[in-house]
Amino acid sequence: MASTEPNNAAQKGGLSGWINARFPLDKMMREHVTEYYAPKNFNVWYYFGALALFVLVLQLVTGIFLTMNYKPSATEAFGAVEYIMRDVEWGWLIRYLHSTGASAFFIVVYLHMFRALMYGSYKAPRELLWLLGMGIYLVLMAEAFMGYLLPWGNMSFWGAQVIVSLFGTIPVVGDGLVEWIRGDYYISDITLNRFFALHVVALPFVLVGLVVAHLLALHEVGSNNPDGVEIKKTKGPDGKPLDGIAFHPYYTVKDLFGLGVFLTLFSAIVFFKPDGWGLFLEAPNFEPANPMQTPAHIAPVWYFTPFYAILRAVPSFFGTQIWGVLAMFGAIVMLALMPWLDKSPVKSIRYRGPISKLALGIFVVTFVMLGYLGLKPSTGIYPLLARVFTVIYFAYFLLMPWWSRIDSTKPVPERVTYDAH
Amino acid sequence: MLTKKTFLAAFAAGLMVFGAQGALAATEGVELMDAGNDIYSKASLQRGARNFVNYCLGCHSAKYVRWNRVAADLGIPEGELKSLQFTGTAPFDTMQSGLPAEAGKRWFGNAPPDMSLLARSRGTDYLYTFLMTFYADDTRPHGVNNLALPGTAMPHVLAGLQGVQKAVMKSHTGEDGKAVSVVEKLEAGDVGTLQPEEYASFVSDTVNFIEYIGEPIQTKRRDLGVWVILFLLVFTGFAYLLKQEYWKDVK
Repeated sequence: MASTEPNNAAQKGGLSGWINARFPLDKMMREHVTEYYAPKNFNVWYYFGALALFVLVLQLVTGIFLTMNYKPSATEAFGAVEYIMRDVEWGWLIRYLHSTGASAFFIVVYLHMFRALMYGSYKAPRELLWLLGMGIYLVLMAEAFMGYLLPWGNMSFWGAQVIVSLFGTIPVVGDGLVEWIRGDYYISDITLNRFFALHVVALPFVLVGLVVAHLLALHEVGSNNPDGVEIKKTKGPDGKPLDGIAFHPYYTVKDLFGLGVFLTLFSAIVFFKPDGWGLFLEAPNFEPANPMQTPAHIAPVWYFTPFYAILRAVPSFFGTQIWGVLAMFGAIVMLALMPWLDKSPVKSIRYRGPISKLALGIFVVTFVMLGYLGLKPSTGIYPLLARVFTVIYFAYFLLMPWWSRIDSTKPVPERVTYDAH
Repeated sequence: MLTKKTFLAAFAAGLMVFGAQGALAATEGVELMDAGNDIYSKASLQRGARNFVNYCLGCHSAKYVRWNRVAADLGIPEGELKSLQFTGTAPFDTMQSGLPAEAGKRWFGNAPPDMSLLARSRGTDYLYTFLMTFYADDTRPHGVNNLALPGTAMPHVLAGLQGVQKAVMKSHTGEDGKAVSVVEKLEAGDVGTLQPEEYASFVSDTVNFIEYIGEPIQTKRRDLGVWVILFLLVFTGFAYLLKQEYWKDVK
């Protein structure tokens, strides 16, 4: 056992003893890796948290190398990206890893969040874990939005113009606020500089801090699992959960396999379809920012489109568009309120009744449809569909206290279900 | 319930983006032809490079593209590179046009766009269709119009090769009930020095080169990708076996 007394530690000897007398290295390794007990019945949905952590590191590392060659200036930024793509050794790979990584980040985070919805991972005692996760999601959206301006393409410019203008809908202070955010009367060199500062310094700091807090909270309360059973309730004589297995080596080797599958799919995009069919890198963004020329159709990058569709679906009342903006942010707040909206006595979808299953299914279809509609122009049938799905989106959450309470449940087993292979 | 029109109007006011949509929809009218280019054909890319230097570079720059990169990628010997390049330029210089941007703006109303990324922003089929569909139109300053980009400021630079096509018009009743005259098809007019199929392959080669300069690494990227994915499949296979070995203990 590590001790705070130097004498005991010295007896352990060597470099390890010297370090552990001064820093809780072994203790931390035990608490978070070798003796962190995770339920043994994780299924495929439990890969995405580790993958999100991997993509975060990927973005940080590739981001550092991009920063070495990028110039945050309105006259040089677009050319700097092309310089990276053409003249910097392996610059094209670093850039594609970063641009594809941004989309991959949202893919794994959305799947990670869907996992939580399925198995009730946000329910007590994991409410704070869930809120920290929502904080990560919010900062990630801000980080992605700021980063999207940096290539200084025409979609970068107009996307930022549209989104920043949203703050202008706030009564009284709106116009001044928009000017304050941009630092100018339009999206300019000044805006680019501050977005760069926020993207490469401020927000990554916050993001990493929140991720550490998210992991600490997870290790405090323990992981949920597809059965929604608390493994800490059934402990062996040694005080370890009977249904728990050490994170290392069992989940490190399992996640290594998951990482291999992820990297194979990720590389297929990076090397064969780096523009992601025009969704990851949009065609108008290969033209430099031009304040005089609006792209034919402005749509945000795909991971924002569900919320963009909600924004556009809400009509203006009393001569202001703020209701759409409120609905958009409200849509995210709804997710954060999940732990208190869900009144079901059961966590996992496995032991819930047909109403919960149907509701979750409808919610997934709604989210995907809103994402699709957010990419489309606001013409023809699209605005009506967006309104219908916006109503369904909010109904899922606002009616949840009612439908989650009346839904039937199946008996939850004492122990997790697991078939050894 | 607000009408669709009111909603759209309110929304455009709020976000300042939707005004442009109607105006730009017109340019999306023509059905694009298939460029049919092969980015892996060095012979085609070399012909395209020659066409590009002879016919495009006079007015259009490719300011992110270095001469010696093109030579290395396309297998053009250094001696021949000299004959392609404008005098007074070094091998590592980028492809600058002979036409100053201000002069271009004065002469054509628009500065001719830089070609480095046009294949990525517009697509090869668009570029191919654009170069194939110039037709005589007396109402335009240069006497020609274009199906892919109606009202283009660009003269038909390749008229000597293709000749100038004539438009066959037809009457079309729009949604508003008014009859307008639209192009039904193009047919041969003045004859150029190339046969139609020769001209088509000339344009295809040129578009091929423009696609190459859009992303010079693209063929090597895909070649490398095959090896990366093969490695990852093997890696993932071994990772799976390792996982199975450890998980034997889990009962």
